[in-house]
Amino acid sequence: MPETAMLLDHLESMRRIRFFEEEVARLRARGDVVGSVHLCNGQEAIYTGACAALDLSRDAVFPTYRGHGWTLACGVPPYPLFAELLGRQSGINGGRGGSAYLTAPEYGMYGENSIVGAGAPIAAGAALAAAYDGSGRVALAAFGDGAMNQGAVHEAMNFAAVRRLPVIFLVENNHYSELTPIADMVRVDRLFKRASAYGMPGARIDGNDPAAVREAVSKAAGRARSGEGPVLLEAMTQRLVGHYIGDAQHYRPAGEMERALADEPIIRLLAVLRAAGVDQDELDAGADRVHAEIAEASKRALADPPADPTTVLEHLYA
Amino acid sequence: MPEQTKRLSYAEAVNAALRRALEERPETLLFGEDVAVPGGVFGVTKGLRKQFGDRVFDTPISESAILGGAIGAAMFGRRPIAEIMWADFSLVALDQLVNQAANARYVSRGLLGAPITVRTQQGSAPGACAQHSQSLEAFFAHVPGLRVCMPATHQDAYDLLLSAIWSDDPVIVIENRTLYHAGKQDVRLGGAVPPVGGAAVRRPGSDVTVLTWGAVQQEALAAAERLSVQGIETEVLDARWIRPLDLDAVLGSLARTGRLVVVHEAHTTGGVGGEVVAAIAEAGVPLRSAPIRVGAPPVRIPAAPSLAQAVIPAADVIAGALTRSVHGTAVPARRE
Repeated sequence: MPETAMLLDHLESMRRIRFFEEEVARLRARGDVVGSVHLCNGQEAIYTGACAALDLSRDAVFPTYRGHGWTLACGVPPYPLFAELLGRQSGINGGRGGSAYLTAPEYGMYGENSIVGAGAPIAAGAALAAAYDGSGRVALAAFGDGAMNQGAVHEAMNFAAVRRLPVIFLVENNHYSELTPIADMVRVDRLFKRASAYGMPGARIDGNDPAAVREAVSKAAGRARSGEGPVLLEAMTQRLVGHYIGDAQHYRPAGEMERALADEPIIRLLAVLRAAGVDQDELDAGADRVHAEIAEASKRALADPPADPTTVLEHLYA
Repeated sequence: MPEQTKRLSYAEAVNAALRRALEERPETLLFGEDVAVPGGVFGVTKGLRKQFGDRVFDTPISESAILGGAIGAAMFGRRPIAEIMWADFSLVALDQLVNQAANARYVSRGLLGAPITVRTQQGSAPGACAQHSQSLEAFFAHVPGLRVCMPATHQDAYDLLLSAIWSDDPVIVIENRTLYHAGKQDVRLGGAVPPVGGAAVRRPGSDVTVLTWGAVQQEALAAAERLSVQGIETEVLDARWIRPLDLDAVLGSLARTGRLVVVHEAHTTGGVGGEVVAAIAEAGVPLRSAPIRVGAPPVRIPAAPSLAQAVIPAADVIAGALTRSVHGTAVPARRE
């Protein structure tokens, strides 16, 4: 696919995620969605770029609780995802996962995790299976900068490194460990440098550029598939919203959000596409198309019945 | 595998089950700290690395990576058997069992599963410190989605482990290191792998039922023999599986005896014994005397043998409880 066409694809994916999250915020404000919700506005390029680099018919992604974007980028349609957040029977997990712990293995998305960093050892296990089953599978463990201080993540990185497992450890560094600046919680200014402690390569990448993410993940995946072991990528980005819906973000310094908005990935990508000669009307039409898709999916999910309580005891054991 | 009977230690029975699983199910993996080349700190996994190569491997001292790695591999068709060297060590990685393994099937409505077997061992032995001697089955048994068993005989060391490996659910198999090398018994190898669950009567009796599990069963049996001389016949029921617990077997035994003493090495407070007594009370079974729990008092487990003996239930304490159950008289605990 020519690069411009690929970037247009990325734009559509990123808009789907952004518009989805904006609709979730509305649904949450109206009380249709309840509970803790972590939006990913501003971090769309990471999910879009990474998933474009993977072969999700065999590869496996293990995201965090900020996972709506990962789920959509893996190919889950907005409708069953809205339904999941709304606690509907038609939800991708029939309402059992909710916003922060949903899973869609049939799309290569092996589960959000609401325990910070806990998906990293499981991703290493998915890669361990690949060492025996000849699938060529690569596992991608995504987590935030805060998870770089979790023991399980370090156990997973060492375990993967020592067994040369095909794992991509991808840090979404949005500068905040929930509500606390990551800079206050570590003595190193570049998290990827910790990779050398485990004998694996590490690199910092522009997490607001889907092409840069795609390229880095593609290279890491190729390396992992050829048996050279894991990689740690640190994707730099900014959260355009609070840690959770309702987070007043009083801890963010003046001017930071304005700078983040100027550098946010969709605006940046639109500028790149305009410079490449893509017509503004085409870009606008694309936005309208995705808006309509999201509105339709939300409306459809809202009309569905709630998850059926008579099924609540099912599937606990095999 | 053709059936045959061999004279084996408990540790050798575990080894035979692992060998059979690795032979019959190519998707089986065996890993943990020091299990492969060294053959395990208790020698239980001896020879398996040599026979099965890289399907048996040593891991870093990283319990979260061991258990998380097992879960991830299980999601993709492997059948990992992970060893946690001491049950006490599982506490540093409880997240992977409780938040991860137990949820996989439920949340995905069966699209995913985590068919892992976690082998560990627990309990007090002379000189073991407070971080190497706890009995933690209640921790695991509290969690819907997990299975828990405690093989107390050589035969069960073989049978229950195979049931666990063959099960499509996460199963924690809690062995006991005092049993590993304490003599040999005939063990039937081969044959059909038994399904998960089911208690076993170890000694029939008509006056009182002892429900027990784990190595303390030996103490319960010794107490039963002692009381038999005095005319009290104790039925000793080995729960074998803590989750699922075979309540029907308990009710069946109580229909014969009408009296219940639950004996476990774990602390009574918040323990599985309390759960059993509550379930029996809820079942509305008329008992001839109040049920009694025998277990460790609410205190840490000390290292010195004289101190540990004051905590861990022994035959004389169990005999006192049985006498009290049958005659209604309090018999002061006596140490031998």
